[in-house]
Amino acid sequence: MLVSYSWLKDYVDVSVDAKKLADDLTMSGSKVETIKSYGNEINNVVIGKIISIEKHPDADKLQVGIVDVGEEKLQIITGAQNIKVGDYIPVALHGSTLPGGVKIKRGKLRGLESNGMMCSANELGLDESLLPDYQRNGIFILPELPIGEDVKKALELDDVIEFEITPNRPDCLSVVGIARETAATYRKSYRMPEIKLSEVADKNPANVTIKADDLCFRYVARVIRNAKIGPSPIWMQMRLLKAGIRPINNIVDVTNYVMMELGQPLHAFDLDKVKNRHIIVRRAKDGEKLVTLDDKERTLDSEMLVIADEEKAIGLAGVMGGQNTEITDDTVNILIESANFKGSNIRYTSKKLGLRSEASSRFEKGLDPEITVLACNRAAQLMAELSGGEILNGIVDVYPKPIEEKVLSVRHKKINKLLGTNLTIEEMKNILTFLDFGVICDGENLVVKVPAFRSDIEGEADIAEEIGRMYGYNNIEDTLLKGTQITAGVKTREQKLEDLVKEVFLSCGLNEVITTSFMGMKDLDKINLPDDSPLRKAVKIMNPLGEDQGYMRTTLLPSMLNVVYTNYSRKVSDFKAFEISRVFIPKSLPLEELPVEVKTAVIGMYGHDIDFLTLKGVIEVLLDVLNVSNVKYVRSENTLYHPGRSADIIVDGKCIGVFGEINPDIEENYDINREVYVAELNLELLFKHADDERKYKPLPKYPAVERDIAVLVDKDIFVSDIESIIRETGGKLVDDVKLFDVYTGENIPEDKKSVAYSIWYRSYERTLTDEEVKEVHDKIIRKLNEKLGAQLR
Amino acid sequence: MEETLRNLLEEAKRELETVDSIKSLEELRVKYLGKKGELTKILRGMGNLSPEERPVVGKISNEVRAEIESLLAAKRDEVLKVEKEKKIRSEYVDITLPGKAHEIGHKHPMTKVLDEIKDIFLGLGFSIAEGPEIELDYYNFEALNTPPDHPARDLQDTFYITQNILLRTQTSPVQVRTMEKNKPPIKVISPGRVYRSDEIDATHSPVFNQIEGLAVDEGITMGDLKGVLNLFAKRLFGSNTKTKFRPHYFPFTEPSAEMDVSCFACGGKGCRVCGHSGWIEILGSGMVHPNVLRMSGIDPEKYSGFAFGMGLDRITMLSYGIDDLRLLYENDLRFIKQF
Repeated sequence: MLVSYSWLKDYVDVSVDAKKLADDLTMSGSKVETIKSYGNEINNVVIGKIISIEKHPDADKLQVGIVDVGEEKLQIITGAQNIKVGDYIPVALHGSTLPGGVKIKRGKLRGLESNGMMCSANELGLDESLLPDYQRNGIFILPELPIGEDVKKALELDDVIEFEITPNRPDCLSVVGIARETAATYRKSYRMPEIKLSEVADKNPANVTIKADDLCFRYVARVIRNAKIGPSPIWMQMRLLKAGIRPINNIVDVTNYVMMELGQPLHAFDLDKVKNRHIIVRRAKDGEKLVTLDDKERTLDSEMLVIADEEKAIGLAGVMGGQNTEITDDTVNILIESANFKGSNIRYTSKKLGLRSEASSRFEKGLDPEITVLACNRAAQLMAELSGGEILNGIVDVYPKPIEEKVLSVRHKKINKLLGTNLTIEEMKNILTFLDFGVICDGENLVVKVPAFRSDIEGEADIAEEIGRMYGYNNIEDTLLKGTQITAGVKTREQKLEDLVKEVFLSCGLNEVITTSFMGMKDLDKINLPDDSPLRKAVKIMNPLGEDQGYMRTTLLPSMLNVVYTNYSRKVSDFKAFEISRVFIPKSLPLEELPVEVKTAVIGMYGHDIDFLTLKGVIEVLLDVLNVSNVKYVRSENTLYHPGRSADIIVDGKCIGVFGEINPDIEENYDINREVYVAELNLELLFKHADDERKYKPLPKYPAVERDIAVLVDKDIFVSDIESIIRETGGKLVDDVKLFDVYTGENIPEDKKSVAYSIWYRSYERTLTDEEVKEVHDKIIRKLNEKLGAQLR
Repeated sequence: MEETLRNLLEEAKRELETVDSIKSLEELRVKYLGKKGELTKILRGMGNLSPEERPVVGKISNEVRAEIESLLAAKRDEVLKVEKEKKIRSEYVDITLPGKAHEIGHKHPMTKVLDEIKDIFLGLGFSIAEGPEIELDYYNFEALNTPPDHPARDLQDTFYITQNILLRTQTSPVQVRTMEKNKPPIKVISPGRVYRSDEIDATHSPVFNQIEGLAVDEGITMGDLKGVLNLFAKRLFGSNTKTKFRPHYFPFTEPSAEMDVSCFACGGKGCRVCGHSGWIEILGSGMVHPNVLRMSGIDPEKYSGFAFGMGLDRITMLSYGIDDLRLLYENDLRFIKQF
């Protein structure tokens, strides 16, 4: 919402500068985005009138103008072609300045003296795109204005303040609304525009029927006769321009001007094109067509509200008028519409048709039906003044269910309690009165009459906000929950474990990455996910940004591989990373209830020293820190992985994750010419098996005896099988077992490998004798031979 | 003989002068005091002495031995010291050489900022709550005083899954879920991902992160909201940080406010970071709307509360001077490793 400060001053007496006003209004609730100071840098630019134009003798493209600027007549050379004798134009005199720090000086152009510059609208800092052609291509041609007058005054080049109006305050989408807020902020009064209507004796011939009173709450109309269409005066055009609205003609401009002034959107119909002068407000028929003012044919549906006559739709209610009843240069009789529509219905229509207008963006927030008559009269007055038309006698006002006045009783004490203030009931009453609330103090209560334009006010909390913001939020004393019970801030077990997982990964040198939660089916194809994989049953977004972001991810793998690829393609030589995020697993599709969101970790790695065991090391450290026992690694059958370099992590018989090299086919799909290692862990399952209740175990009092053992076994035997035989056979006496060498090659048969272990034997009750150790050690060797055919080396 | 002994001592002294290592010192010891050393050799001639001379010479020889021994010991200390110094000198390293890498991973910058925020609120007695990212319309909008026709729904472009299931557009639904499950006093923050239908660019992403806060108890005031958030801002952005509360509008709080903090880049003088205003908009907040309390099963006559929400992505970008949001989701390790 753009508000010209001079326009604002028509309704409220303020003298602070625009910056101060902006700061004060921001703090009282009307947030200012920017201030544009139009005249700020302009000096010594005046209105001039062109007396003569001649071609420059030495330059085809230049013209020599003599311009009357009041005290003198100046010769000015210009390249513009849109000027003619008699035009009023802005003239930058010798020594003047223009926006952007431009200085204009007397000078010679091709031998002839030029005593200043004729200015375009652009050069004055105005937005040319809103101007008609004749004012746009070259010099800013103006209507008749006092010659020699400073353009800042003549064109009202002042400060324009841009407000960000929240959706609950459509009443502030108007200059009067902002004036009201300004007045309350400074505890002053404001005034409404003065309306003087002089109707002629002839009766208003139009009539109005509302056929959809659930969508149209009020329809007010007046008729202007014998209007003469032409441009509106420059002061009105300038105010519209500064509000970002294109000036069109004296009738349309008035509708826009009054909308900006009072916040009520208006529409003007060419009454002679309205069949039988009968306005009908009804739902559109499904498939009904209407060409709107922007020359586009719209296809309507029966949820949309139209303004029609007895034959046809003539306007899209609250959104845009129809071309068939548009005000043209030949229009003579005008019907002014000032109506009130249901906000949500206007929003529906505007959204469905992709058509937003100044009117629809106001109506959709829900406007005050009480202001329609005032706005209609104001428009009639201005139209009559500007077009020479006559206002016919009488106003049509169809208002089936007038709104009731809202009266609230609020508690003085409760408001102070909510705000943490100590205001007297009188202070509260005072603030509310300045905001146009009617207030009566009733003991400890305030009985508040809510003005009709404040449909956002529903209860005590709303009143508290009004009082709070006008008292000043920053005047409320800061407290630290002084009256409340102390609470302990805690993390849940899962949150703590998740932190721990992160710490482990970080200390293993993995960097944390964060990716978005979307995926496309193509991502799943790229990881060669089988067609029957349950991971293809993904939650689908109805209105995604694109097909590649059409689903909620069921696996973190594609995101990680994309990150791997990003880094690989940017020549990051070593890559170690993890992400912890949720995957979304639907219980049924389409969704009937919320899906399960599973916290999942994914790891990705490539680089010089990185292989299967590097990754396994990370998994082992993690399981150790989380104190997970009964872990088994089995060759994974997951086809996304390299068949020989991947493992499922089995805890208590349940698979909690998988890791290893990604299948080389997938590496190819991603154009990554390296071995990429990845892991996927279901953190929720992992946390179930994490044992966070560690108990102290006494340190051993008796020494351990270390014996090494090296055996030859078949190459494809898992070392984990050897270790479990050692542990099973040795029972309690085996305190620890450590693999220290696996060897193939020279001196070892092709199909064999040599595996060497250190075994520590220990009793916690006594010192073991050599015989005891020998006995169990030999037994282990025997068992290894029996079960695996292992031979001692 | 006596003279020979004295000469020996002098000679030993002289030779000792030149000794510069433990090895040559040991050689010298053997030479003079060893079994086959000079002193022994001289003492062998004791037999030729008269009985009167013997004790005298014996005494002198003991003196000489003691003297040499103590000289040797002293020299030994000296040599050891020199040798140690030499060793240390030889061990000097170029301390400007790069250190051997102990590679440790780096947290994502958003996690670093989030951890800090969590710490601050945990210390203030707030626990951490989580909620689903795929959410019911009821929790995301309706229970937050935003019925289907509400104009505020227009501010948020929502991704829908079905008619009544959507991707949460804010972390505020966790407020409702928390209030439904717990009795006051309630104090939680809830960090998490939220979704809005914006194409990714330097300042927008369809997926981003928010941190929600909620406190509900008897007697909570707007002064408490200001006090807590002011303290939070000082902890996160530095103790000189000033805050400013501006009235605003959210459907689920009344009164509502936005909080600005004085620019931590320029201290409030105005710079590029704060758009030359000296202030940076950080969060939205307000007193929980009585309708929201009521719908969540909490009696607004007895209890009141405040709520707030802030964008983690934005705060992270501001904190580290990151000028393009896409960097946060691109995950170039050369970027991540800077934090």
